[in-house]
Amino acid sequence: MTPNEVEILLVEDNPADVELTLHSLRAHNLSNRIYVVRDGEEALDFLFCRGAFGGRSFDHPPKLVLLDLKLPKVDGIEVLRAVKSDSRTKAIPVVILTSSKEEKDLVNGYHLGANSYIQKPVDFDQFREIVKQLGLYWLVVNEPPPNGAFSGPGRSGGKR
Amino acid sequence: MKEEQEILLVEDNSGDVELTLHALRGSDFGRRVHVVGDGEAALDFLFCRGPYSSRSFERPPKLVLLDLKLPKVDGLEVLRQIRTDPRTKTIPVVAFTSSQAEGDVIEGYRLGINSYIYKPTDFGDFREMVKQAAQYWLQINQPPPLAAFRGQ
Repeated sequence: MTPNEVEILLVEDNPADVELTLHSLRAHNLSNRIYVVRDGEEALDFLFCRGAFGGRSFDHPPKLVLLDLKLPKVDGIEVLRAVKSDSRTKAIPVVILTSSKEEKDLVNGYHLGANSYIQKPVDFDQFREIVKQLGLYWLVVNEPPPNGAFSGPGRSGGKR
Repeated sequence: MKEEQEILLVEDNSGDVELTLHALRGSDFGRRVHVVGDGEAALDFLFCRGPYSSRSFERPPKLVLLDLKLPKVDGLEVLRQIRTDPRTKTIPVVAFTSSQAEGDVIEGYRLGINSYIYKPTDFGDFREMVKQAAQYWLQINQPPPLAAFRGQ
């Protein structure tokens, strides 16, 4: 798998949660094309095709970013803000998957344009079930943004 | 007490309305759907005006299922208005449309749609998609709290 073929970018620093998420997605054949990054800086490098990911292209965005909020180096809210304020990345579906129960995080997440917000269940089986459902929804049901959604702002020809 | 309306279905095609309601019937969601047939009625509902002036901004639907080709005000314009007002900005909106026009998908995402679903032509697939969408947005997704509708 090259970084251009990634379908899901999982941004998660907790190794147990990474394992559980990967296991659930693979058990349901939802995707083998998952790339894991463990802090917010690496997530931004991946999404903005820089640093270690300089060979990636903005034309091959993941179909889904699963974003934890409490992350080393750059926190999840900052990652979300950066992704949703740049026309090259804005359309990428970002789902917050967090154990945070703080209303502030939920409000900020929605205001900054998170596509969806999910609280990690503490129960192991529920966690697996939720990951399965969200994988099914975002990889099978949702129609991902086409390439044209990632070029500069506004198309010629004016407002529809 | 009247059940809360958790899904606003904005759809002008009566066949698709029937199919969608049928798919939701039998689930817990079936009785909590409100249907409007054009973009103007959708805006009246969401902005609590006209026939919906007794509604409250504090009880937004958990999901708006929005067709794009609508009479009076089209779907993308409905979306644009929802996203530019702090009282409605964070309501989850999912395009549910037969439009395969790439321009619509692009514009939908640019305007901040939460998700975009093509209506399958097959009856069974259609049912399945509606059920999965309702389940995801009503049971898995954590809806925006009231504080999210009070501006920043």
